[in-house]
Order: sequence, then structure tokens, then C-alpha cells
Amino acid sequence: MTDGIVARFSIDYVDFSLGVDLRLPGVGVTALFGPSGSGKTTCLRAIAGLERPCDGYLSVNGEVWQDDAKKLFVPTHRRPLGYVFQEPSLFPHLSVRGNLEYGLKRAGGATEGDGLERTAEILGIAALLDRGPEKLSGGERQRVAIARALLTRPRLLLLDEPLASLDLRRRHEILPYLERLHEELEIPSIYVSHMPDEVARLADHLVLLDKGSVIASGPLQETLARLDLPATFTDDAGVFIEARIAGHDQADELTRLDFAGGTIYVPRRRPPTANGRVRCRIEARDVSLTLQKQGGTSILNIIPATVIDMAPTEHAAQVLVRLDAGGTPLLARITQRSWNTLGLAPGSRVWAQVKTVVLIG
Amino acid sequence: MTLGGAFSDSDLAAIWLTVELAGMVTVLLLVIGSPIAWWLARTPSRWKRPLAAIVALPLVLPPTVLGFYLLVAMGPHGPIGELTQAIGLGLLPFTFGGLVVASVIYSLPFMIQPLQNAFEAIGERPLEVAATLRAGPLDRFFSVAVPLARRGFVAGAILTFAHTVGEFGVVLMIGGNIPGETRVASVLIYDHVEAFQYAQAHWLSALLVVFAFAVLVSVGALTAVGKTARQ
Repeated sequence: MTDGIVARFSIDYVDFSLGVDLRLPGVGVTALFGPSGSGKTTCLRAIAGLERPCDGYLSVNGEVWQDDAKKLFVPTHRRPLGYVFQEPSLFPHLSVRGNLEYGLKRAGGATEGDGLERTAEILGIAALLDRGPEKLSGGERQRVAIARALLTRPRLLLLDEPLASLDLRRRHEILPYLERLHEELEIPSIYVSHMPDEVARLADHLVLLDKGSVIASGPLQETLARLDLPATFTDDAGVFIEARIAGHDQADELTRLDFAGGTIYVPRRRPPTANGRVRCRIEARDVSLTLQKQGGTSILNIIPATVIDMAPTEHAAQVLVRLDAGGTPLLARITQRSWNTLGLAPGSRVWAQVKTVVLIG
Repeated sequence: MTLGGAFSDSDLAAIWLTVELAGMVTVLLLVIGSPIAWWLARTPSRWKRPLAAIVALPLVLPPTVLGFYLLVAMGPHGPIGELTQAIGLGLLPFTFGGLVVASVIYSLPFMIQPLQNAFEAIGERPLEVAATLRAGPLDRFFSVAVPLARRGFVAGAILTFAHTVGEFGVVLMIGGNIPGETRVASVLIYDHVEAFQYAQAHWLSALLVVFAFAVLVSVGALTAVGKTARQ
């Protein structure tokens, strides 16, 4: 059941066209990422059957939902999917419980029993069940909408920027729940977003869209470290690394993280509560390169790495260098002159000096 | 003075017949009007405008014109007349059934327009949400569209009922003036005036004025509630 998701769509509207040919993993979270107007939402709607591409093929873990060559189109209500819309979209004429039961009943789930209560518990809405949607905050509404979609026991969960309509505080209120879903429920999900930090926290697989076509698709870290992406994406180029919390120095307020390429320190006032895995972001502009390991420097994080390749950037004077640090990709933005002066080439051994590491989640 | 004292037996019979007619027309139009309004609210079809115009025709046509065509259509050589004869219903003109058919057509816009507006105000999103929660098209209509458009249903029903109570021209053309069968309140007022029974005409007219006023106040209140609810 893990042959993944195959989606081929072409849509031609007067002012917009979309042409995608995607193979996505049938497990984990896939992020559809791109600027507004890139076709992320249209793509998601086509997968849900809310948009009818003129010539399309879609199969989800072996089940064909659309095949125009065979004139097959499964209508939305017969697709076992869950959809969370950008704005919370609760039914105003039903209570929170009524909203949750709406999909639960139709998907053949029992309204008796603890399925509903347990899901409400996970999303922290158990106390709100008898309220009307108008009495909830934006964040609470969106959590109800997520619970409502989950209760239909979907085989694919589609999330269309579920945090976009919320302010920063509400966003941070919901992100942990989404992360928990990711860890606890094994529902393959497609997550539309234009926020890099959301993608970094939640996604395993990344699809970059621009102007209706796919620019890149692959595992999150690999895709982010690619050099051939257009300037829209490389302008704030950077990578995410997966690390394990290895210790904390309270006197210096520094947390030590171990990752495949070595050790890094991030400033943190309080010791981390969980000894879990974290992701951090390192931007290309915060990485400089030296041939020998420097002493007498204020920079804490110095990581040995190998040069893989180099690409020009939108600024003629600068280049992006892709590095490999023990299997973890890194990006460094340096000048063309430095590249020449240091005599760098693919295979060169260098030290990456990292000025800033941002801890996410 | 009691109502029985103010109204004669034939007055009461006409009032009852009026209520019966308006009630039946309202129920029929709820059933017939909902799918038409639903279609008009959601179709991208180019036939939308022509059909909407046909539905709205009774608003601007003189009732006598509509009544004349209906009389011809329901007559022995008209298409409706041939149909009703073929299925053994006989001819509709000058029967209560004929009045019902004519009133349904005459009051069509009063049901459809509030309903269509209410359906349009719902927008696509709640229906899309319902579809992603496994609700099929008919299920979506009854479990989402109808409850969300309930103000439209109430307004449409009130306006249809009131408009049917107030019709006169179409009734005269189709139904004539048969006591207990087609003589409704508005026709009876005309009779009273013709016969110089002004006191009787006053009572019936006053009743209709109070009724019309109550209708407009309740529809107004409904619209106002709708507006504050949306704010």
C-alpha cells in the first residue's frame, strides 16, 4: 500500500494554467511550497476533485481517483480524503460536536464510543464540544476543522495553508498539534504553504511550484540544498538539518546539538525540556569557508565539509557553494573572488564557519 | 363585535378558500421553487438569464395577460388542457385546481427570488467542505444548503402566501366567481362593491390590510435579523 501518489494534471484557465506531473511518497508529509499564484492550492483542489482538470491522472496508494484516458473521475464525496481549508469553514448551523459528527457519520464511523472524544482530546478541543462555532477563536475553529477532517479516517489528508488565516500567536498554538499528528497518526498528508518555517517543521518531502509548474520535487533536505532553483527560492537559500539535543550548558546558555556532520551549539536561555530531535535552519549567507580550521575566531560552529559543486546567483559577484558535511547538505554564499582565491573545486576539503543557527521547533 | 358578526357565511367561506389556496400554493412552490432557485443560483449555463427572466415575468406582466394565456393553455384545445383531459382530470379553468396551477405560476418569482438570493449568499465553500466530508449532492443540499438558506425559505413562503392572498386579475380570468370553489376574498370584495355592500367590503378589505402589514413587518424583521447575524 505504499506505491505513493501519482498526480498528472493540466488545467487551462484564461489567466492561469497548471501542468504538473508528480510522484509523491505515500507516507509522511509532503509540502507544496511556492509563492502565491504558483498553483499550490489549485493542485491540492485537483487532488481533492474540487477542481476538474481537463486531462488528468491521479492514483493514491494504488487506488485510481481520476483517469481521463478511461473517463474515470471519482467525485470528491467518494474519495477517502480529509481536507482542511485555509479559513476554518465550520458549518455555522451546527455545534462543534455536530461539525465533528457530520463527517464521522458519513464516513461510517460510530458517533458512540471514544473516537470523537479522543480526537478532540488530541487537538485540545474536548471542552468546546457543545459550543457554537461563532463562540470559538480562530485557532480553536481551525483545530475543530482539523479534527473534523481526521474523524473521517482519511487515507490522504490535504491541508491548504491551515495557518494562513491566523496571527503569529495562534499559529504557534496549532503547529505543535500538527507536529503531533505527523508523529502519531500515519496518514499521508499534503501540506500547502508559503511559509518556510512551517515547511521545515512539518515536511518530509518538498515540492516547489512556480507559475503553475513543478520546479523541484524530492526529500526536504536534498531539495532545499539544490543549486539549480530560480532566484525566488535561492534569495533566502538555506538548509535544514536534523539534529539531536545532546546537552545544555546553563552557564553559557548554550545547547549542544549532534547531527550527522558533527556538533553545533545554539544559544538557548533555558535547557531544552525534551531530549528529542530538532530541526535547525542554516542560511547560506551565514556560512563562510576556510581552508584550514581557524583558531582565534569568535565563531563557535565550525564544521568540516567537502565541496560538491557551485552555482552562480542572481548577484554576479556571489556564488552558492554546495557542501557535504557527513551526509548533511549545507549551502554557503561566498564571493566569486573568494572561490577563485581559495582555489576551490568539487572535492575540496573546507571548514564551514556558521555564524547563525536558528532552532526551529 | 365578534368576527362571526362582522363576516357573513359567504365571507367566511371566501376567507377560508383564500387561506386554503395560499397554503397549497406555498407548499407546492416550496417543492417546485427550491430546485429551480438552486439551479439558478449555481449554474454557469448561458440559459440562466433567459430562465431567470421567464421566472420574473409575472412581476411585470398584467395579470390579465397571464390569465388569458393560462385560460387558453388550460382550455380544451390548449396543451395543458389536452394533457389534463388525457390523464382524466378534466378541464382546469373555473375549478379550484385551475386556480392553484395559475397561482403557482403567478407567484413563482416571490418564492424563487428570495431562495435564489439565499442560496447565492451561501457560496461554494460550505458545499465543498461537505463534499470533502463524504456528503453527496442531495445530502449536501438538505444538510447544508437548506439550513443555511432557511431565512430565504421563510421569506419566500411568507411572500408567496401573501401574494397569492392578494391576487385578483388571474383569479377572475381563470376561476371566475364560483362560491366555495373559486371565489376568494379579493374577488368577493369586488362583488360587495358592485352590490353597494360597502360595510362588508370594509371588513374584508381591513382584514387584508392588517394581514399585508403584518407580512411586511415580519419579512422586514427577518431581513434585519439576517443582516445583524452576518455582521
